[in-house]
Amino acid sequence: MYTEMVTLQTMDNIFYEAQRQGRISFYVTSIGEEAINIASAAALRFDDLVFPQYREPGVLLWRGFTLQEFANQCFGNRDDYGKGRQMPIHYGSNKLNYFTVSSTIATQIPHAVGAAYSLKMDKKDACVVTYFGDGGTSEGDFHAAINFAAVREAPVIFICRNNGWAISTPTSDQFRSDGIVVRGQAYGVRSIRVDGNDALAMYSSVQAARVMAIGEQRPILIEALTYRAGHHSTSDDSTKYRPANEIEWWRTARDPVSRLRKWIESNGWWSEEAESELRSNVRKQLLHAIQVAEKVEKPPISDLFTDVYDVPPSNLREQEMVLRETIKRYPQEYPGDVPV
Amino acid sequence: MAAAIFQGFGASTALSLSKSIDSKRVKLPFGRSLSERRASFVVVGSDGRLVSDSSRARKLVTNAVATKADSAASTSASKPGHELLLFEALQEGLEEEMDRDPHVCVMGEDVGHYGGSYKVTKGLAKKFGDLRVLDTPIAENSFTGMGIGAAMTGLRPIVEGMNMGFLLLAYNQISNNCGMLHYTSGGQFKIPIVIRGPGGVGRQLGAEHSQRLESYFQSIPGIQMVACSTPYNAKGLMKAAIRSDNPVILFEHVLLYNLKERIPDEEYVLSLEEAEMVRPGEHVTILTYSRMRYHVMQAAKTLVNKGYDPEVIDIRSLKPFDLYTIGNSVKKTHRVLIVEECMRTGGIGASLTAAINENFHDYLDAPIVCLSSQDVPTPYAGTLEEWTVVQPAQIVTAVEQLCQ
Repeated sequence: MYTEMVTLQTMDNIFYEAQRQGRISFYVTSIGEEAINIASAAALRFDDLVFPQYREPGVLLWRGFTLQEFANQCFGNRDDYGKGRQMPIHYGSNKLNYFTVSSTIATQIPHAVGAAYSLKMDKKDACVVTYFGDGGTSEGDFHAAINFAAVREAPVIFICRNNGWAISTPTSDQFRSDGIVVRGQAYGVRSIRVDGNDALAMYSSVQAARVMAIGEQRPILIEALTYRAGHHSTSDDSTKYRPANEIEWWRTARDPVSRLRKWIESNGWWSEEAESELRSNVRKQLLHAIQVAEKVEKPPISDLFTDVYDVPPSNLREQEMVLRETIKRYPQEYPGDVPV
Repeated sequence: MAAAIFQGFGASTALSLSKSIDSKRVKLPFGRSLSERRASFVVVGSDGRLVSDSSRARKLVTNAVATKADSAASTSASKPGHELLLFEALQEGLEEEMDRDPHVCVMGEDVGHYGGSYKVTKGLAKKFGDLRVLDTPIAENSFTGMGIGAAMTGLRPIVEGMNMGFLLLAYNQISNNCGMLHYTSGGQFKIPIVIRGPGGVGRQLGAEHSQRLESYFQSIPGIQMVACSTPYNAKGLMKAAIRSDNPVILFEHVLLYNLKERIPDEEYVLSLEEAEMVRPGEHVTILTYSRMRYHVMQAAKTLVNKGYDPEVIDIRSLKPFDLYTIGNSVKKTHRVLIVEECMRTGGIGASLTAAINENFHDYLDAPIVCLSSQDVPTPYAGTLEEWTVVQPAQIVTAVEQLCQ
C-alpha cells in the first residue's frame, strides 16, 4: 500500500510539472488524498465497480493501470483507451471496472446506484463504490441517489472525500450541516466519519463497509476527512484564496504518505535506503513513460467520428468525407502528428 | 437495408384514403394488377430490388402501415392480427422484449404497481417483479443517471418520463453522459438505454405539460430519436429501440395513446432509421410525424376532393432523418411541406428544411414550407391551445399555395 501511495504522489508531482512545462495540457493532482485513494482501493476487490469523480487515480493505480497507460491518456495519444477524446485525468478502464471519468460533478453517483441495481439483479458478490468531494454533496444527484440506494437497498459504498475545498469554496460556504456523515444518516444510510489521512483507518472502514454492503445489501456512506493539499487543478492557484502556510502545514506535518511511512518504519519494515530507491525508481519510470507517450502519434482522424453511435450514420460519414477533403486541400494547416 | 414496402392500395388505415387511390398512380415495381396485389405483399430492398428470402424479410412485416377494417361491418374474427390501443401496443412490445431478454428493465415514476401514468407498464410489475419494473423517487436527473449506470453495467433499461417535459430535468445526464460516454470512453462502455415518455400538446394540460422535447434534444450527439404515431409503429419502434445498442429517445404523444388499430400477431421489429410512407402521391411531399400525421391526413381528404394528390410521409426517425425516402419523394413531387408540432424556432422542421435544401436543392420547384407550432408557451384555454398547433385548414391552404 505504501509503495503505491508513493507512486501516486510522485506521479502527481511529475505530471503537474509536465503540465507546467507545456507537455500536457491539463492535470489534476490528488496531493494529500493518497491514503483515501490507495487504502480504499486496497480494501476492495477487482470485481467491485468504481465510479470516480476525478481525484481518484490511485484506485486505478492500485488495480494495475500502468504508468505508461496514465501517460498515454494524459497525452491523448493513439494508445489511450479513450482514443484521445477526453481531457487528461479522465481515465477509464473497462477491464479494471473503473468507469470513465466525466467532468460533471456528482453525475456518477446515480450511475453507481444504477450499477448496483444491475449487480443486485445478477446477484453478484460485488458492490459498487463511488467517490465524490464535499462540494459534490450539494448537487441534487447526490441526494436523490443516496435516498434511492437506501430505499432500494442497493450495495453501494459512498465515499466522500471531504477535503475542505470546492475549488475556492470552503466547506463553511458549502453546507452548514455537521459534515456529510449526517446527510447519510438523514437518508437512513449507515454512515461513518473517518480520518482520511490515516491509511489504516481508511482500509479498515472500507473493508467493513464492503462486508456490510454485500452481506446485508445496503448502502454505506464513508466521510473521509482530509485536506486538498494541491490546487484544484493546473488552472488554479489556491494561494489566492487560502494562506500559503496552511497549505504547507498540511503538505508536511499532515501528509498521509509520511504518516504511513513513519508507522512502517517504526515496525522495521522500511528504511531510508528503500525510500530513496523507490522514489528514484518511480521517477525514472515516469519520465520514461512520459517520453514514450510524447512520441507516440495521436489517434487517427477516423476516430473523431467513431463510437458516437455503434455504427457511424450517414451524416457523420459525410462530415468525415468533407473533413478529409479539406485536409487534402490544405495539408500545411493540419498538425503533423495526427495520422489521417 | 431491406425496407418494408409501403402499401398504397386497397387496405389502409381508416385515416388514409382508400377510395381515392388510383391504380395508375400507384407506382409499384412490378406490373401486377391491383386486385392481385391485394392478396400478396412484396418486400423491396432500399436499392429497389426484390428481396426474397433474406432473414430480414422473414422478420419484417411487409406493411409499413397495418391493415384495418374498411367498414364497421367487417368482422374482426376473420381478419388476422389483433386489435389494440396504442398504449397497449407499447406495453406489448415492452413485455415481449422483457420476456426475451432478462436484462431489460423499466424504471420511472409510478411504473410499478400503478402501471404507469398512461398505463404503458400495466401488469408488468406483477409479472416481472418490482426489481425489474422499478418505481423511482421524483428525481428525474438521478434516475436517468441510474439508468445510464445500469446500462453501462450490462442492463438494458427503459426510463420512463411521466411527461416528456420532466425529462428537461434529466437533460444534464442525457447530454453530458448518455450521449457522450460511449465516445469519451473510447468505446469501452456502451449505453443501450431507451428513454421514453409522452409529450406534445394535449387537451388543456397547461404550458409545462405540453413540452415538445424533440427540438431540444436533436443536437445531442450520440443519441437517436424516434417518434411513434400508430399502434403498429409504436410496438415496432419500442422493440427496435430496446434492441439497439445506442441510446434511443422514443417520443410518444399524449393524445395518441387511445388510437386503435389491428396489428399482426407475429413478431415484428421496425427499423429505427426509416420513414413511413403513409400515402403515396404526385403533387407535393408532406413530411410529418406523431400527432400531426393525423391532421395531415385529415387535410389530405380535403385536398383530394379539391383535386390534389399529396404524398404523405411520416418521418418517424427524427435523428437521423431518413433522407433516402424523403429524397425519393422530393425527386418525384418537387414540392415539400413540413408539418410539425414543435415550435417554429429551432425545431425539427428547421433542421429538416436545412437538410433537404442542402441535399435536394436542384429537385425543388418551390421553397420548402414549414408549418409549426407558434413560439409561445401553450395556453390553457382550449380555443387558444388549438390555435397554437397546426390545424388541417392551414395545411390545406399551404398546399394550395405551394402548388400554384
